[in-house]
Amino acid sequence: MATEEPKGKNFDEATGTWTVGHEWDGIEELDTPMPRWWLWTLYLTIVWGIVYVILYPAWPLVNQATEGVLGWTSRGQLAEEMAQESERRAPVMAALAQIPIERLPDNSELMRAAITGGRAAFRVNCVQCHGAGAAGSEGYPNLNDDDWLWGGDLKAIEYTITHGVRDRTSPETRFSQMPAFGRDGLLTSEQISDVAGYVLTLSGRGEASAATARGAELYANNCAICHGNDGTGSREFGAPNLADAIWLFGRDREVIRQRIHDPMHGVMPAWGGRLDSVTIKMLAAYVHSLGGGEDFVEVARDPAVEVDEQP
Amino acid sequence: MSNPEEPRVEDGVVKTNDPVSLTVARPDAGARRHEPHQPERQRLPTKLFEKRKTVHNKRIDGPFRRFKWLVMFVTLAIYYGTPWIRWDRGPYAPDQAVLVDLANRRFYMFNIEIWPHEFYFVAGLLIMAAIGLFLVTSAVGRAWCGYACPQTVWTDLFQHIDRFVDGDRNARMRLDAAPWTAGKIARRGFKWTIYLVIAFWTGGAWIMYFADAPTLVRDFWSGQAAPAAYIAVAILTFTTFTLGGFMREQVCIYMCPWPRIQAAMMDEKSLTVTYKDWRGEPRGSVKKAQKDPEHFGDCIDCMQCVAVCPTGIDIREGPQIGCITCALCIDACDRVMAEVGRPRGLIDYVTLDDAKREAAGEAPKPLRRVLLRPRTIVYFLAWGGIGLGLLFALGTRTQTEISVAPDRNPPFMLMSDGSVRNAYTVKLRNMQSRPREMRMALEGLPGAVMWTDAMPREDAARELVETVAADSTGSFRIYVVAPPGTQEQAFSFVVAGLDAQAEGDSSEARFTAPEE
Repeated sequence: MATEEPKGKNFDEATGTWTVGHEWDGIEELDTPMPRWWLWTLYLTIVWGIVYVILYPAWPLVNQATEGVLGWTSRGQLAEEMAQESERRAPVMAALAQIPIERLPDNSELMRAAITGGRAAFRVNCVQCHGAGAAGSEGYPNLNDDDWLWGGDLKAIEYTITHGVRDRTSPETRFSQMPAFGRDGLLTSEQISDVAGYVLTLSGRGEASAATARGAELYANNCAICHGNDGTGSREFGAPNLADAIWLFGRDREVIRQRIHDPMHGVMPAWGGRLDSVTIKMLAAYVHSLGGGEDFVEVARDPAVEVDEQP
Repeated sequence: MSNPEEPRVEDGVVKTNDPVSLTVARPDAGARRHEPHQPERQRLPTKLFEKRKTVHNKRIDGPFRRFKWLVMFVTLAIYYGTPWIRWDRGPYAPDQAVLVDLANRRFYMFNIEIWPHEFYFVAGLLIMAAIGLFLVTSAVGRAWCGYACPQTVWTDLFQHIDRFVDGDRNARMRLDAAPWTAGKIARRGFKWTIYLVIAFWTGGAWIMYFADAPTLVRDFWSGQAAPAAYIAVAILTFTTFTLGGFMREQVCIYMCPWPRIQAAMMDEKSLTVTYKDWRGEPRGSVKKAQKDPEHFGDCIDCMQCVAVCPTGIDIREGPQIGCITCALCIDACDRVMAEVGRPRGLIDYVTLDDAKREAAGEAPKPLRRVLLRPRTIVYFLAWGGIGLGLLFALGTRTQTEISVAPDRNPPFMLMSDGSVRNAYTVKLRNMQSRPREMRMALEGLPGAVMWTDAMPREDAARELVETVAADSTGSFRIYVVAPPGTQEQAFSFVVAGLDAQAEGDSSEARFTAPEE
């Protein structure tokens, strides 16, 4: 065979191959020919690339990329998957819309679905005040415990979420107001100290003394109408239980004095206008499941609950 | 390369950096020395790309070919047949002996069931497979490539199809060169159809490992199977068809990293298929050798070793990446040597060390010494040690486990009566394929009781009995409430199966309380 020696390249006798012509400290590289099918795979990838550019968004322009013939977009795909997911959940959502919330515990499967959905909704809407673990903080109620200001059964929780607390945009909102005994001059500073001392004894703290006896009388005249004679509070007025271990603003004598002097009134928005009824049901189920939920008793203790006739 | 004028001689063996074929062929290196073999090289012009030269390997029979048949039969039978073996595990578990149940995260292998958290068993098996390959490679060279590699087995299978449809080497070469007549088209169509059927069957067998085989076959043909099943079959059919039917030795030479890795793992004491050029060279036909018996070696240049080679190489050029050491050339050469009345083994399994010895006229080491040497023994011990470790772990693992994760937000909860509540997510793992009742109890933490979120608070107790479904993990949300004044402390959840076996487990947990 007629051969022409390529310029600047060496021939390697052992392999019968020319080298590429470079040399590094005596080491040379063989110019082994590539297999031809390799070339075909290169052409194939080029064809693939052309087809892809035609079918899918490819060339970036000023505002958006070229639209592929298939019209595919990642947002479209997401929307499609979300639609599929909501279609998949549709039967559960329809069942949740149908069932009165107090009947939810009878259907454990539906209850579980509601709790799962409620957990997700809680993370979006509620954690800002109540915290990621629903443990609340000073002034924001803890939803894990067994102390409820406005009632802890499913129906009461649903009502509270729907209408909120002291939200003036909702006519049926939970509302109560404790007089500012100190600020408005209803009680003197000394009297407030006496009442605070007495309130501490309600939960078994502090010694009974002459001051607490004075406080007891003041309590009976000013506080018992809402908080009850024994200090167990009233859910009708959202009046906190003063005889338990749980204190919304703090358990120290000084804090109690301040709150009698100038009470704080927490506000929770009414979610009825922002969330659909199914989401609110799921939220109620989730909050109820946190460990302090109470059973719904058919005889309504809370007249406000009776007003709520929505399905 | 070292200066060819001054070869270094040690123990009568010439030491150079030259390839073995050159080293052993030096005139002063052995008793039967002839002219060193210099293969004729064509100085082809440099090319960017090279067309594949189709390999038409000739039919051969011999001990190595028969061994290859056996390996092929066994490996293919294992691959195609395994998913169809049934294995009774009771009503709650699949009855397929080997099943990779991806949907339920279970791996079944006869009476062993692996959960995802026990994946170290699979990792251990993979490490054993790797060390096993090191062991085999260091002892007998590229035996994996030559006999057991799927690419080799399927290429072999497809080459038999070629032979069955088109005849042996010469007929195939003629047909390849022939124009595309109707007859050739029909033959090619027939052959490729057989390729396709085998390829499809190969792809189909693969998916059987991932679902109940009889059900999957029914679903597959009625269009009910998962899209992944059809995609997997399509991909594997395509790869088997192209890699086995057309790419063949190109996969070994260009695509596979394994020949390169094995080249690094072999040493001068590993067996490899070697042409004994000190005995064979200079090659010449029987007639030439009769005229000048002193000049010629044993190789009669009949090219049978090249004709039978499934990768189309000439072993007489020395060890090379294209040689998968299938030893068919040994079969072919032994046959020819017997016909011309010369001793067998002109091409044989020889270590590089022994090649030098034999070339120098010394006796080769016994096979025992080749196989049993520190390197192979260390590999074997590592391999066996891991195997025994896995067996031990398998024998001592429990099928009941408890794991406890405390709620961290909030860490504790003060209740209205002053008691303290902690919440835990407790997981009970029942690895037996039957539902089991398990008793969960608190150990430590005096006065505390627990209840789950699925039961009324009033039923709280120090012991709960829960049913965990067969072969699954039950997850329970547990509230533990301790009397007022309880300090932060450690305690344990213990669990025991309520059956004769009473297998149990415990998990330490921490009870968090407010600081007074």
